[in-house]
Amino acid sequence: MFYRLSGIYHTRYATARQLWPIPADRWQVYFLLLVGVAAPLIFSNFTLTSYLLPWLIFTAAALSLNLLMGVAGQLHFGFAAVMAIGAYTSIHLVRIGVPLEFALVGAGLMSALIGSVFGAAALRVKGLYLVMATLAMQYLVDWTIINVPAISGGAQATLQTPSTTFFFVPLRSDTARYYLALLWVLFVTLLILNIKRTSVGRALVAVRDKDYAAAVIGVNVVRFKLVAFFTSSFLGGVTGAVLAFCYYQAVTPEQFTFNVSVQLVAMVLVGGLGSVLGSYLGAGFVLLAPIALTNFAVYLNQMGWLNVSANLLSHIPLMIYGALIIGFLLLEPLGLGKIYDNVRKYLLVWPFRHSSM
Amino acid sequence: MAYFFELLINGALTGLMYSLVALGIVLIYKSSGVPNLAQGAMVMSAAYVVWLVTTWGVPVFLAVLVGIVVMFIFGMLAERLLLRKMVGQPIIMIVMLTLGLEILLRGVGPGFLGAAPKQISIGLSLAPIIIGDIFINRVYLVGGVVALLLIGASMLFFRTRMGTKLRAVSDDHVSSWSVGISVERAIGVSWGLAGLSAIAAGVVWGSVQGVDWTLSELLFPAIAVVILGGLDSVAGVLVGGLIVGILGSVVPGYLDAVVGGGTRDVVTSFIILLTIMFRPHGIYGREDIERV
Repeated sequence: MFYRLSGIYHTRYATARQLWPIPADRWQVYFLLLVGVAAPLIFSNFTLTSYLLPWLIFTAAALSLNLLMGVAGQLHFGFAAVMAIGAYTSIHLVRIGVPLEFALVGAGLMSALIGSVFGAAALRVKGLYLVMATLAMQYLVDWTIINVPAISGGAQATLQTPSTTFFFVPLRSDTARYYLALLWVLFVTLLILNIKRTSVGRALVAVRDKDYAAAVIGVNVVRFKLVAFFTSSFLGGVTGAVLAFCYYQAVTPEQFTFNVSVQLVAMVLVGGLGSVLGSYLGAGFVLLAPIALTNFAVYLNQMGWLNVSANLLSHIPLMIYGALIIGFLLLEPLGLGKIYDNVRKYLLVWPFRHSSM
Repeated sequence: MAYFFELLINGALTGLMYSLVALGIVLIYKSSGVPNLAQGAMVMSAAYVVWLVTTWGVPVFLAVLVGIVVMFIFGMLAERLLLRKMVGQPIIMIVMLTLGLEILLRGVGPGFLGAAPKQISIGLSLAPIIIGDIFINRVYLVGGVVALLLIGASMLFFRTRMGTKLRAVSDDHVSSWSVGISVERAIGVSWGLAGLSAIAAGVVWGSVQGVDWTLSELLFPAIAVVILGGLDSVAGVLVGGLIVGILGSVVPGYLDAVVGGGTRDVVTSFIILLTIMFRPHGIYGREDIERV
């Protein structure tokens, strides 16, 4: 109905190969883009800064991780550490007078460098051992940041982000910060959509599906694993910097602990491995579902329908979050992206249906 | 020199207690190839169960018996309800599932029973044993002995009829099926045994550092132990535990003062990284041969 295919004739390869060949999809994207751009006018300042902004930035982080985990099949349980490197690098660069535009690139390069070193160390191994190696990276980076005063500004310290400008726009208002985050997440989205349909993306998918088999058909496995680690860590580093400058505006080591890494992996899995739309949905779901359900429990408590102690209330997000991960893995391993895809495929031919259904 | 020996002995005992946590991971991995990242939270839950039962006025050893039954059933249920549905899925799904279980348990235990640290007393005096200039914590000593006993028992267990079945299952699921071994039940039993070792670890660690969510952080050193010793080797747990414990005690003993604390996690991280770089299957583990 909405995605009607009849009457759509692609007469040139260029139109058939575009990102969204079906007009209905394209219009949806345009509409969402319009909402994204007009968000500061539509939503209240509170909604913008405490829901939309973290959602966009964590989407960018989930997309970067999804490139590594979903497209290239390399597991990473230390992605928060990658983001931490980016955040701290950018802040220190801006502090010594580097413009933010270059500081972001510097942050990305630093993360990519360190991320690739750990990736290279783990090149021989995969699966579970890669999980462990990246876990070790998380602990090492955490420790280094906390224990080197030159980086963290001393034990238990909080580094304020200096006020700065991005392409002559001062990052002083919430709106300006929102647009920087929006710009970045759009860039990451387009980049990954395009990586997925080029030769690099296909090589990465070949490595994901079976690295020996990929080597047999002439894909340089080592090179593409490194490319995956480098690109993903670069994007993750810049995302960390954007997170620091646009959302937190002050960094502490606690913002990038192992739990955040797990949260990012959960976003990718709940959204769907390798699905770009899924990363948007997954990030939103993982960030917002515990908040929403806790608010619901608080509401029930206030109405007197349920008696929940403050201690239990503070642990509800953790329980929901664990239950979400387990539930999705058991019921829909391909995540929210797959659920959307099923609905879309159903609507493609609605009110008819494929005979196999 | 006495300082060094004190670090060495206490490190070795701590290491043995780490291997108590690691034993559960190895038992499960050996039989089903599932890396159980929920073992830390299972240790925590086990400690909570024992604490809960002792608050009803039950003596500790009876509480431990109750805990053994509860955790054995819990392990079997976790396998039956969660892990069995994941057979044939990629490893990331399985790892994430156990991690999801870990997070869930970390919410449930402290959430319902209170987040403040609890005490489990196993009836030992807190005064250290003094040999020459060396101070040894009694609880550590008991923990080390319990660990040795349990590891020895599980080595013997693998020689019994059930243990032989488990070894067959760890070799090859399909050929075990074909000779009439119930692979599902064998894996279930291994989860139950992991729950049992979680009780031992929970009681020992709970009496050392109190019962709260930090018990689940034992997962990290336990991972180092199993990676170093080999994921599917019970003997590796013992050796790996000793190495991780001693290095994690001696190195911080000298370096913490210089660099400002927290070097234990760094040592553990380096053990994991170096093992993975140079000998991924660990000291005693079996090397995986991959075919296209």
